[in-house]
Amino acid sequence: MARRRKLYTNARLLDPASGLDVKGALLTEGDRIVDLGPKLSSGGFAGDVEQIDCQGHCLAPGLIDMHVWLREPGAEHQETLATGARAAAAGGVTTMVAMPNTEPTIDEVALVEFVARRAGDTAVVRILPAAAVTRGTRGEELTELGLLAQAGAVAFTEGDKPIASPRLMRRALSYATTFDLLIMQHCEDPSLAKGGVMNEGEIAARLGLAGIPAMAEVILLERDVRLLEATQGRLHASHLSTADSLDVVRRAKQRGLRLTAGAAPHNFALNELDVGDYRTFAKVKPPLRVETDRKAVVDAIADGTIDVISSAHAPQDPESKRLPFAQAEFGMIGLETLLPLTLELYHNGSVPLLRLLACLTCNPARLLKLDTGRLAPGAPADLLIFDVDTPWRVDEKKFRSKAKNSPYDGRRVQGHALRTVVGGETVFQRKRES
Amino acid sequence: MSASRTPPAESAGLRPLPPFSHRHLLGIEGLSAQDIQTLLDHSDRYVDLNRAVEKKQSSLRGRTIINLFFENSTRTRTSFELAGKRLGGDVINMSVATSSVKKGETLIDTAITLNAMHPDLLVVRHQDSGAVALLAQKVGCSVINGGDGSHEHPTQALLDALTIRRRKGRLEGLSVAICGDILHSRVARSNIHLLNTMGARVRLIAPPTLLPAFAERLGVEVYHDMRKGLTDVDIVMMLRLQMERFHGSFVPSTREYFHFYGLDHEKLAFAKPDALIMHPGPMNRGIEIDTEVADDIHRSVIHEQVEMGVAVRMACLELLAQHKPNWRHSTPAGA
Repeated sequence: MARRRKLYTNARLLDPASGLDVKGALLTEGDRIVDLGPKLSSGGFAGDVEQIDCQGHCLAPGLIDMHVWLREPGAEHQETLATGARAAAAGGVTTMVAMPNTEPTIDEVALVEFVARRAGDTAVVRILPAAAVTRGTRGEELTELGLLAQAGAVAFTEGDKPIASPRLMRRALSYATTFDLLIMQHCEDPSLAKGGVMNEGEIAARLGLAGIPAMAEVILLERDVRLLEATQGRLHASHLSTADSLDVVRRAKQRGLRLTAGAAPHNFALNELDVGDYRTFAKVKPPLRVETDRKAVVDAIADGTIDVISSAHAPQDPESKRLPFAQAEFGMIGLETLLPLTLELYHNGSVPLLRLLACLTCNPARLLKLDTGRLAPGAPADLLIFDVDTPWRVDEKKFRSKAKNSPYDGRRVQGHALRTVVGGETVFQRKRES
Repeated sequence: MSASRTPPAESAGLRPLPPFSHRHLLGIEGLSAQDIQTLLDHSDRYVDLNRAVEKKQSSLRGRTIINLFFENSTRTRTSFELAGKRLGGDVINMSVATSSVKKGETLIDTAITLNAMHPDLLVVRHQDSGAVALLAQKVGCSVINGGDGSHEHPTQALLDALTIRRRKGRLEGLSVAICGDILHSRVARSNIHLLNTMGARVRLIAPPTLLPAFAERLGVEVYHDMRKGLTDVDIVMMLRLQMERFHGSFVPSTREYFHFYGLDHEKLAFAKPDALIMHPGPMNRGIEIDTEVADDIHRSVIHEQVEMGVAVRMACLELLAQHKPNWRHSTPAGA
């Protein structure tokens, strides 16, 4: 049987890996991209070619989200690999990395294989497991990093738990160099942050809430940069939120260290004022910071200090959020708002479109050593057709995610995914009314 | 239940109730100077009633008041209980000593359950900041914050203000020092809002470890030295220091704390000669306050504060009870 060919015509082709931004068409065959460019036309193909008219909208690589909490196994009432994948597809995400903080923790080969297999069976987008750095994320003994990587773990992280012990972090970075593995760190000194529930500052003082100081982030990051320099490993600071820590990243990069940095939309779309009257949906890690920190994150995306934007999708059920602020769980969902919130930076003139897309496609692909995240002949046909302009209002009732803990409900945004393609197959197509 | 019932204004020969536009009393922040003055003026009239032999009124007759305390407090609870009973209301005390969450019932479940019993007023104390406001969103009756976490304790600030106003004749222009564990103190936060709104000048005196970050942005002057901070103040408000602060390394020892921040006659001498000494109680004698100072009948108004507490709570209950009775499904009101 001939492999099915599809021609996406009348598209604005956007490929941040090559800097491409032209009108043209793209041809796929089976699960691969065959050809693309302005000169590719609908005529002259032998055999069946399905034509898909993009109506002038953007055609980009599918988004790669490096930081997603899916609650399977253990808390399937909050999210499963299948529901998370549906949300991802609706958000334009074709590949996501699942954090290992499940029940049980993903810290053994069999569990990595479970997630990969279960995702393959139930999920409409690609889900790649990340494995824990230490057993049970207890911060005591290293997991079998090499074997876990062979089993399919694409990165190693304790999720939202920092690796507190400098000794253990040193060993993890050092040992990981054997296989050139990526360690991802949540930069927050646990001792300084202990008991804190929001950014330490004026708002916390007014609300009478215990603060997480900004220095908790930069202190742990500075320490890790020292360890990185000594070990020559590969470290990704998962999501940074303060001006000070972004300066640390700039300096480390100038010195040639293999340090990369991520940001989550809430740290550039919101600030601590959004906690308002104890809104638990705005309780996140790292916490919403002050406006100058928010602006610093935007600047760092613009100048390339931040490599990756990821949703930090953290589904919580109402019972975990409808509580006094101090008792509520951390986290907000984000898969379906990742693209429009990122596009805000384009619409308000802060960051060029291709730079933003790089943070969502080729940069995470490079860190994770994936062959997706680019529009190139031979690359997997993981594609996103999106409308960059149309204004709409976020409505929690329309979220595909099982959880609804989004502080963006009612927010006016611009642009969204129209069609999401994974391995040549359409896994999401927006109906006209939504 | 009739929606038109209002407290009988003619009871005990009192004037009609002054207007008070807030549905709940969740904090001092958000109250106007006029609101505060209304509350204080209305409290004043109950001071005399409480000193009389016959202390009972009937303006809250038929009303149900539930004191819902998630955190122990004999003093505040008793004060609210007396206030409700003296106005003729039916007062129920509910103590939820352990966290409701541990028992599998959330705060909101508790609120909805209680609301189904149609109380008219809920007085709530909770160990978490913001918890009382959260609860208020889920009930149809008026809610009074009896202290939430490190956030606010509005009736304490009002009773402090009433005490000061009766002694000094005014609040405006006074210089007030609040000393001690500001970081964890809801009393301090409510007092800062109230005193600022009423035109007093507030100083905070504490070691940096017991001050919130950016405390000066609350519209206060910050001092780390008691003697400097107390210089020429009209009012010295001491705060209780919880024993667990010594385990958290906020301060090294009780001895050191008393040496630098405990109020004794020597430090008090820097304040104005007629400065009042206040404390929300219960006191740790020999830690934040010297016994001699605490019991100085010329300066200390600590017992008067307790007395004013009942009057202030009567005023708050009565003013809030003016509003419509509990409609279970009424829309939540923020103020």
